[in-house]
Amino acid sequence: MADKRMIEADVVAQIESGMTIGIGGWGARRKPMSIIRELLRSDVDDLTVVSYGGPDVGMLCRAGKVSKLVYAFVSLDDIPLEPHFRAARQSTDVEFLELDEGQILLGLQAAAWRVPFLPTRVGLGSDLMDQKELATITSPFDDGEVLVAVPALPLDAALLHLNLADVLGNTAFLGPDLYFDDVMAQAASHTYVSVERVVPSDELVSAAGCLHGLRIGRLWTSGIVERAGAAAPTSCEPDYPADWELLKRYAATAGDPAGWESFWSEWVMGADQ
Amino acid sequence: MSAITATDVTRAEVCCTAVAECFRGDGEILANPIGIIPMIGGRLARATFEPDLVMTDGFAELVEGAFPVGTPAQSVATKVTTGWNPYRTMFDVVWSGRRHVMMGATQVDRFGNQNIWAIGGRPVPKVALLGPRGAPGNTINDPTSYWVPAQSPKVFVESVDYVSGVGYDRAALLGENASRFHEIRRVVSNLGTFDFDTPDHTMRLRTIHPGVTVEEVETATGFDLVVPDEVPDSRLPTPDELQLIRTVIDPDGLREREVPSPR
Repeated sequence: MADKRMIEADVVAQIESGMTIGIGGWGARRKPMSIIRELLRSDVDDLTVVSYGGPDVGMLCRAGKVSKLVYAFVSLDDIPLEPHFRAARQSTDVEFLELDEGQILLGLQAAAWRVPFLPTRVGLGSDLMDQKELATITSPFDDGEVLVAVPALPLDAALLHLNLADVLGNTAFLGPDLYFDDVMAQAASHTYVSVERVVPSDELVSAAGCLHGLRIGRLWTSGIVERAGAAAPTSCEPDYPADWELLKRYAATAGDPAGWESFWSEWVMGADQ
Repeated sequence: MSAITATDVTRAEVCCTAVAECFRGDGEILANPIGIIPMIGGRLARATFEPDLVMTDGFAELVEGAFPVGTPAQSVATKVTTGWNPYRTMFDVVWSGRRHVMMGATQVDRFGNQNIWAIGGRPVPKVALLGPRGAPGNTINDPTSYWVPAQSPKVFVESVDYVSGVGYDRAALLGENASRFHEIRRVVSNLGTFDFDTPDHTMRLRTIHPGVTVEEVETATGFDLVVPDEVPDSRLPTPDELQLIRTVIDPDGLREREVPSPR
């Protein structure tokens, strides 16, 4: 069986300009930041990004990597508004598909199940419906209900960060919430997962403490990057909390080109990986 | 304990009971108040007159008890976890109609449309905020209330710039069938409480917090508010409620930072 271990540069070598990528986690929680860092260093651009957004989205927007963003919110949790995302949203540089949080789930699920859309009541009556990507559909059954058709959101690649994996590409999460990482993996042609540590396959269940954490198995994964601390400055429970000092510093660089330069040279270019 | 009078309680404490009142009668549903005073009010309702409410710790756990807001360490020590409710499961709850959320609103209009998305022009807004978040799904599936800690004409607007949470005029356009689960229950602000219990579902002043005048509310509102001839005062917390707020749910007084009492 294949050993799926790789490093961040190997992951980014699989990402081409123009691709659609999904980024796991939520806000400032469990983002695959070491892979994002490698993407920032690369010449890949023109990306369509699907994310429950945090600093991943802000950094990629700030670095000019994003041509289209599919999102419901972008937030740094305790810093509610993500300033780099806001600057992008207030410019004409990036195209946006704005969805309800649940619609993103449905779009990913549709892609995972290989159907063109999934129906929902979510979005009816809101300004989301002004977007050409969303349409309504009438139930073919007696109820005749008019519902929103959320289009499938297939991903060329999903980038995730979880707690544990084995070399075969089986993973485990130990925190309180998987968010939508499993659906993202299922919606993607290829999924790359950074993890805090790699353990032998026969220790995965005991290391996870419970079978229920083994939600994303090797059927769905193409690569595993072992890198302790790879989600920083976002949190990776129970291994570490968010690095609020760094997130605050990062947020403050939005209106401060010199600050961004130094953040770039230290956090993006300066880190060993 | 002698009877509570308006001078014994702060504006923030009146807001807490006003929030609690929003959940009266909800029974065994997920009460999901977002914000400090909403969380205090929700936990107060459960600790007193609405014991069947199901509530989260703000993250992925369903918890019992009236544990304190704010300090995570304190909450961890006192909360009783009885369920797992990750984000994925929250959509199961929301789409099944078993939830009453109280969200914030950067803008809310006379029909209860809510905006936390962006301010200003289209397609490029002047000010990008959070994005639509879950507001479209919340409002079309379940009762929704709003919390406004600092009411002003910039918040209570004639018409919101981006409709994230669906109001009554939008719901009416969808027809009875599509809007059958839609309900904007209540808006609570630092000045009073509001509902949509009018023939055309435009916003009505329901109660006014002690010490606030109708004029003050109208000045802080950017549209024609329905004001009944008699507007009752928002009720004061009972002695038991006040003790719960001050010693159990918000011992650090975080409520006073969210709504400072007028000087």
